[in-house]
Amino acid sequence: MSEQTLAPPATMPPVTWRAPTAEVPPVRIVLIGVAVLFIGVFLGFPLLVVFFEAFLNGVGKYFETFADSDTQAAIRLTLLVAALAVPANLIFGISAAWAIAKYDFRGKALLITLIDLPFSVSPVIAGLIYVIMFGAQGYFGDWLKANNIQIIFAIPGIVLATIFVTFPFVARELIPLMEEQGTQDEEAAISLGASGWQTFRRVTLPNVKWGLMYGVLLCNARAMGEFGAVAVVSGHIRGLTNTMPLHIEILYNDYQWVAAFTVASLLALLALITLIVKTLLEWRFSDELANGPR
Amino acid sequence: MTAIAIGTWRKPSIIPGFGLTFGFLMVYLSLIVLIPIALLILRTTQLSWAEYWAIATNARVVAALRLSFGAALIAAAINTVFGIIVAWVLVRYEFPGRRLADAIVDLPFALPTAVAGIALTAIFAKNGWVGQYTEPLGIKIAYTSIGVVIALTFIGLPFVVRTLQPVIMEIERETEEAAATLGASRRQTVFRVVLPTLVPALLTGFVLALARGIGEYGSVVFIAGNLPYRTEIAPLLIVIRLTEFDYNGATAIATIMLAISFVMFLAINLIQVWARRRFGYV
Repeated sequence: MSEQTLAPPATMPPVTWRAPTAEVPPVRIVLIGVAVLFIGVFLGFPLLVVFFEAFLNGVGKYFETFADSDTQAAIRLTLLVAALAVPANLIFGISAAWAIAKYDFRGKALLITLIDLPFSVSPVIAGLIYVIMFGAQGYFGDWLKANNIQIIFAIPGIVLATIFVTFPFVARELIPLMEEQGTQDEEAAISLGASGWQTFRRVTLPNVKWGLMYGVLLCNARAMGEFGAVAVVSGHIRGLTNTMPLHIEILYNDYQWVAAFTVASLLALLALITLIVKTLLEWRFSDELANGPR
Repeated sequence: MTAIAIGTWRKPSIIPGFGLTFGFLMVYLSLIVLIPIALLILRTTQLSWAEYWAIATNARVVAALRLSFGAALIAAAINTVFGIIVAWVLVRYEFPGRRLADAIVDLPFALPTAVAGIALTAIFAKNGWVGQYTEPLGIKIAYTSIGVVIALTFIGLPFVVRTLQPVIMEIERETEEAAATLGASRRQTVFRVVLPTLVPALLTGFVLALARGIGEYGSVVFIAGNLPYRTEIAPLLIVIRLTEFDYNGATAIATIMLAISFVMFLAINLIQVWARRRFGYV
């Protein structure tokens, strides 16, 4: 063997080799183009339109909208409703995840299905069920009237409907995560003499904190933005039972176009922040999140 | 795993707190979800079968259900076709803006439906961003059933994409390599090896998008026009019945929709049972 045969040929032909498990570049470019265009047109475009329409009459007009007392009342009510509904579902979610993930019992799958039930019910029906219970002609209508308690067309109804539509968010995030983590850490803590509460606070909670935050984030976004369920139970009383999404509808139907988009832009901003934090959590702590389809 | 002793419903555990957390779970679940839904269904017993049937077959109700179902079906089909392209591109290709595109797919989950509704109307109405160009061509989008389909397409996309993505990620490249070494062209590999394994996930995503579309309210009412018999969706008809204080009418329509949701739910579970048997994944 001579040295020359081992040396590479002086002129290599240009490499046009392509992995047989990849699409040819033109197909690839077309597919990327179609996907980006579809996302851009159907998702990105509406989002941009919200902000564009909100600032149509300039920054001054934009901030003038928030001077309106009905708008302020709507923002306050939305914050109040979220402040009641999210913690309620947070406590429920933790409780449900503890009971389901840390123990073995029969009927677990059915229980998880029932917890997910509110996701497959139309939001309008979510409102309707409380009207049927607490409305004037509802099951408890007469009793509530006799005792002068108002639930429907009042804040309690709005809170209930919001709790219903955001019911599964925290639980469905925590259950798979805590199931994955098993019970060894907790068993070790208990056998070393920790109480149940100490075990939860010092062992379980640190293990699931990012998953918990993820669930609360999505729960909150939905709680502040819910429209259908709340529309059914609210009665649309301006300044009293109008949440931000309902206020948007009223402004829109009043032909206060820019004002409607101004309030909408606030909720769109909340959605953007939610998406950003969610994406950051997924990048940074993907190992500490449950990886189900969402 | 050790077998559960006969007669014991729960496997013993040294971790405390089962009674408290399980009790709270059951009470909360019952009060918020189960009892109200049961009472809604019970309410229909106030109607005779003839009355119930009369409401269910009322022309306006049938038209509303048909629109909700039909538009959701078309939107879910659109999302299935584009959803697979989007999911494929996001998993398999690297390109500038991929992460942004991936993040924005979840927008319909995060953006309140009313906001989506007015934004889509602003785009497709007569003097809107797109509407001003389509209306002179005779294509009316807002306030027609096309508008309903567009709103439901917006709402349904993440269901298809997020169901497909993990499954595409799990595909073993070796099977594609095997197909290629056996002489299959890329097209043959994709259509005869890759796509068939995605069918269960595609079907699941399709049904999820369909179920969501049938019940959707907020994003649709702004763009739909809401004309009885023509552009009135079933959830809106429930709201209208309620404002007329016709609780029985609202309840009857609601139970029909609940039944449809239940069928969808069964379909998803059957697809998953079938997929587990056929492909060994969920």
